[in-house]
Amino acid sequence: MSVLQLDAVTRIYGAGASEVRALDDVTLTVDEGDFVAIMGPSGSGKSTLLAIAGGLDQGWTGSVTVAGHPLQGLKRDALARLRRRHVGYVFQDYNLVPTLNVIENVALPLELDRTDPSWARQSARAALKRLGIADLAGRRLDQISGGQRQRVAIARAIVGDRKLVLADEPTGALDSATGDDVMQRLRLLADDGVAVVLVTHEARHAGWADRIVFLRDGRVVDSTRVANDPAVLLAGA
Amino acid sequence: MSIKYGLLAILDESPAYGYQLKTEFERRTASAWPLNIGQVYTTLDRLSRDGLVTPLDPTDDTRTYAITPAGRAELKTWFTTPIEQTTPPRNDLAIKLALAASTHADLTAIIQAQRTATMRTLQHYTLAKRQADASDTAWLMVVELMIFTAEAEIRWLDHCEGLASRPTPTRSDAPAAVTAPAQSKDKAVR
Repeated sequence: MSVLQLDAVTRIYGAGASEVRALDDVTLTVDEGDFVAIMGPSGSGKSTLLAIAGGLDQGWTGSVTVAGHPLQGLKRDALARLRRRHVGYVFQDYNLVPTLNVIENVALPLELDRTDPSWARQSARAALKRLGIADLAGRRLDQISGGQRQRVAIARAIVGDRKLVLADEPTGALDSATGDDVMQRLRLLADDGVAVVLVTHEARHAGWADRIVFLRDGRVVDSTRVANDPAVLLAGA
Repeated sequence: MSIKYGLLAILDESPAYGYQLKTEFERRTASAWPLNIGQVYTTLDRLSRDGLVTPLDPTDDTRTYAITPAGRAELKTWFTTPIEQTTPPRNDLAIKLALAASTHADLTAIIQAQRTATMRTLQHYTLAKRQADASDTAWLMVVELMIFTAEAEIRWLDHCEGLASRPTPTRSDAPAAVTAPAQSKDKAVR
């Protein structure tokens, strides 16, 4: 089932001589369990695509549907509600609230959505467990490492069984081994049915995705999908 | 050269015969460099000739070999001496891009096609890594080498794409070359 659908999406900034087509007629379908990496040079439209997919940018034309809900015409409150219920974000700099501890950070989106606090806590604990960091629940953020913070951010992104995770350069602040660990966590979520859209400039991390979409000047110029059978490999490499 | 030392390293742990050495070498290097059994026996013959290994029982048809003290010393020297890669190997991709950049070929399309192919290879390596036994450090190191190599190639392709898309630099002597063909020819010769 499609969790994210973009059809002929175009986003133009400026007008006249200063007009910039940040996205130009982009169509993309992301199903449950898909792990899609978006790559491309600076200014190719990667972050714009993510912002539009998450309902953070509204000045586009075309059609965008998230979890079956068309975004066209939604007012700000409705968009925020849809984001809280269906879309999780993971950023390079974590975007966690420093005054809250780990479990409070993870429970925050549900509490903002006025979920029963005990249910929010329970869901947060389940999300932390999925990320293998249930033992960090009571820690302050300054007591955990960068890699652990990113795992907390991923737990927050999926809390309440959200099915779409949008990750913008989530390994940018991490060393390659810790970055691999974060990618492995995203991969496991995808294997478990979560749709993951990853923006990255690092091929190493895009390699974890099922599909890699290349953007240039706002257009999709290529798309690769990996076969599930790795038998092709290694021999003869 | 590495086959010789690979066999010595395996024999340093315990005596073995040719087929055991072949399968053990391939297992430890993630089957990235398959050996044929003829290579193994040729190498063993040379090692034996040089006194670095010795047959345990010359009358035994399985030809089980053991490492000698001289073989151990040779192996230790290899492990403690950095490998110097003096001459870069011929790189077909670099040659292709260099020729494309100096002709009318569509360099951007060539780079994009190559990046897609290398990216697909990198996805396969990552899949192989995911399916690996996490405790098999030797195997993981070899797969990581391939991932890092593919990643480096993609970064290099990105860089080449940037170089190719720069505005063509203009030289102050270019108009002179157009208006004075003879001078241009002289310059080309120099």
